[in-house]
Amino acid sequence: MGKPSDLVQGTLDMLILKTLLPEAMHGWAIAKRIQQLSGEVLQVQQGSLYPALHRLEQQAWIKAKWAESETGRQAKFYSLTAAGRKQLEAETANWSRLSAAIDLIVSEA
Amino acid sequence: MRWLEQLRMRIQMLFNRGNATTHLDDELRFHVERQIAENIAAGMSADEARFAAMRSFGNRALLREQARETWSWNWLELLLRDVSYSVRTLMRTPGFAAIAILVMALGIGANVALFTIVRSVLFRPLPFNDPDRLMRLYEQSSDGNFPFNDNAGGVFAEWKKQSQSFRDLAIVSGYGGYNLSGSGGQLPESVRAAAFSWNVLPTLGVQPALGRNFTADDDKLSANPTVLLSWGLWKRRFAGNPSIINQTVLLDAKPYTVIGVMPAWFAYPEAATQLWTPVYYKEPASEINAIDSHDFQVIGRLKPGVTEAQAVSELTLITRRLHNQHLDDPFVSVGANISPLLNSLVGDVKTPLYVLLAATGCLLLIACLNVANLLVARAAARRKEQAIRTALGGSRLRLLRQHLMESLVLSATGGAAGFLLAMAVVEWVVTTRHEMARVEAIHIDGVVVAFGAALIVLCAAFAGLISSYSAKGEHALAALQESTRGSSAGQSRARLRAVLLSLEVGLTVVLLIGAGLLLKSYAQLRSVDLGCTTQNVLKMNLTLPVARYSQVAQRMNFFDALLARVRSVPGVQAAGFVNPTVPGDGYGGDSGFAIAEHPPLKQGQVQYAIHRWIDPGYFGAIGIPILRGRTIDGRQQPGHATEVVISEAFARQNLPGEDPIGKHLLTLGKRRFEIVGVVGDTRYAAGETPQAMMYFPLDSVDDMNDAALVVRSGRDVAQFAMPIQRIVAQMDRDLPVSNVLTMDQVMGRNTLDASFDATLLMIFAALSLLLAAVGLFGVLSYIVAQRTSEIGIRIALGAQREQVLRLMLLDGLWPALFGLGLGLAASAALAQQIQSMLYGTKPLDPAVFVAVAALLLLVALLACMVPAWRASRLDPMQALRTE
Repeated sequence: MGKPSDLVQGTLDMLILKTLLPEAMHGWAIAKRIQQLSGEVLQVQQGSLYPALHRLEQQAWIKAKWAESETGRQAKFYSLTAAGRKQLEAETANWSRLSAAIDLIVSEA
Repeated sequence: MRWLEQLRMRIQMLFNRGNATTHLDDELRFHVERQIAENIAAGMSADEARFAAMRSFGNRALLREQARETWSWNWLELLLRDVSYSVRTLMRTPGFAAIAILVMALGIGANVALFTIVRSVLFRPLPFNDPDRLMRLYEQSSDGNFPFNDNAGGVFAEWKKQSQSFRDLAIVSGYGGYNLSGSGGQLPESVRAAAFSWNVLPTLGVQPALGRNFTADDDKLSANPTVLLSWGLWKRRFAGNPSIINQTVLLDAKPYTVIGVMPAWFAYPEAATQLWTPVYYKEPASEINAIDSHDFQVIGRLKPGVTEAQAVSELTLITRRLHNQHLDDPFVSVGANISPLLNSLVGDVKTPLYVLLAATGCLLLIACLNVANLLVARAAARRKEQAIRTALGGSRLRLLRQHLMESLVLSATGGAAGFLLAMAVVEWVVTTRHEMARVEAIHIDGVVVAFGAALIVLCAAFAGLISSYSAKGEHALAALQESTRGSSAGQSRARLRAVLLSLEVGLTVVLLIGAGLLLKSYAQLRSVDLGCTTQNVLKMNLTLPVARYSQVAQRMNFFDALLARVRSVPGVQAAGFVNPTVPGDGYGGDSGFAIAEHPPLKQGQVQYAIHRWIDPGYFGAIGIPILRGRTIDGRQQPGHATEVVISEAFARQNLPGEDPIGKHLLTLGKRRFEIVGVVGDTRYAAGETPQAMMYFPLDSVDDMNDAALVVRSGRDVAQFAMPIQRIVAQMDRDLPVSNVLTMDQVMGRNTLDASFDATLLMIFAALSLLLAAVGLFGVLSYIVAQRTSEIGIRIALGAQREQVLRLMLLDGLWPALFGLGLGLAASAALAQQIQSMLYGTKPLDPAVFVAVAALLLLVALLACMVPAWRASRLDPMQALRTE
């Protein structure tokens, strides 16, 4: 519930972008999808989710549109922009490199 | 295209923020609803679902804030919010806000006004081409008494011929005037004029706005008369008509061709000059070529690469060579001196302006301390509010920022009001001191505005930081508790306020002592005895145009006829003439002399005395006592006068122990005059010691066309000004009078500088005394409020009312006493700086110091009396019941 740490914030951005890759979703759906895809391991708190979404929107990596949701109420749908797609690739590559490096150290016998 | 999207987002966030906020609320609400729906689907009841959803959602307000923090322009939104909050809180306590704003306005306004004046007069370069290379040149007299003497035309000619250091040397005759004849129904007018050599304008690097400058041909004795007009005169008297060029105007009844009009900003040698004529045309050859008659001013433009020192040593060499060729004439200068032109114009007002600037600086500091004090008191009153805000999650930085914002809002409002005040003050100074050097250059510009803005920020920071310092180490919990008996936070605040107050009092004392010294100096100057009667005496200057009054006999007839008619006006007791002017109205010039009965002067030895030309009735008219002998005899043939009257200082210095009556003076071109009387001493200016003077008959020289008429009456003499001017107009229609003043006004002009400075400093000192008194009152009231329960206990335990009174008084007086000590010490150290502005007053004048100390103690006592008295009258039961 406090401020998310730096590393977590960076990864959260990447997760959100990845989640939005196939289709546009609203905030609630994004949280649920991340939870689902990670096998119930990652539970995104609202305190981290919405600030991240708004920050990504300000950076123009995602864009938002108000549309009717599945329940019939109006909701804010986020979708990836072209720049966002590129950013996702960059961050994924970075993440792989980082995690491989950490792996190397941690798994040393 | 990402940057385009980003730009779009930024613009949207700037202008559509309200909309975005609503959307954010909707978004969050949607999320909660979905969570509730999920919970219900998982099997919880409606209420449970709601609780669970809300709990997992967390602090919605905080969440909103965190999301909004990511928006661009967040800093702007916070800033505006702080400002609006500060304004609202300040409006809730309008009294406090009004006082603080007023105090700031005074402090900032005074400083901005004085900065404008100092910057314009002292620091702005002269509006001429490359003004750093422009120099004013002086001569050094052989007796060493006048190192910055005016120049002789003959010496200037030698400089021009021989000097290599200057690109251009030019000569100016600054003290002149003409009677401008009326035309088209306008009255004749006496205007100030100067005479330029033809190369003055090229040396300065100035072109006339209309027409042309003098040429070398115009600048000869044999040339046709030409004149340049000032812009103001052209607009005023000639309706700004460009066809004035090549027309003629009558100056002293002679026609001059107008060849040009000077730009509006041109004001050399002084702001009052309205006409310029060529100097070699105007001056008789004997005057402009004389090497011992110092009537002119020389300016020059240094060649590139030449320093002032080099230039002055070269000129000194030339002058000394000339002096050695004329050793029999002790009035030929022995050297030269140099000063940048700007310095020569404003040198006199530098110290007073700096002193005034220091005084306004003190005033600003006092204003800031006062506002800081008020803010500390306010912070103390809002302790609980601050505690609650801290508990709700406000960081210390945030609270500090809000505090500073309040202080900035106060400062900015006060500063804006101060700017208006400053503009008014600058207007007033420009109109009352219109004769001050470079007054035409005074105006508010961008630098002044920037300075004002910087002051506003500085004051806000100063006041805000000091008062927020008082809130450090505050425990929110303690502040929220109900009973606050003897809270330590309050006491540290009281101490801080007392320290601030001591500083304030110290600065006030410095200002008071400065004002007291200047006031005493002014009083001394005002009460100086000029040596003549100053009550009910009127003087006015007349200049008879040479064209119509070329003979001595014509002039004397006019003067005699005028005197006869003036004396016959009922109410006039006496009248007389003097040239050039009355006591207190300037040096007026001097002449060398030798005493016939004494051994001849050694080579290089110089004797001179101030000269005046009078008619026999002058001494009686102006009330100079005749100590020995008699006044000059009016029955002598005009043109053949041989009498002279000397002043007592003359007799004392040059004829000690002898009877001067009957001795003879050789002067005015080796003529022989018999001393027939000795009169009392007079001063040529209020601050000067009486000098040796010689009084000659008005008709003893051929070219005495101007004189000052002196009139004495038994009652209000000012009412005679118009009737006498009408008499003059009846006798000669084209003859204007100028400089019509009573002797009181002449005295006033002498003391104008001193009175101006003293008045301003008095106002500052009075304001700061008021602020200090109010501050003392506030601090002691605060201390009493803090110690209410303690006082109640004391009284309940048997303390007498008088004891309580004394206790509280001491509490209130110690910062005042401490401040007094600080102030006296600081004044003793600083008083030396204003010595040049004092007359007849020592910088460490004990009377002033004691008077100021007594005044401050009295005011402090009065200010502390009310809260102390109220404390002593406390009902102990009530006191113990309050928190």
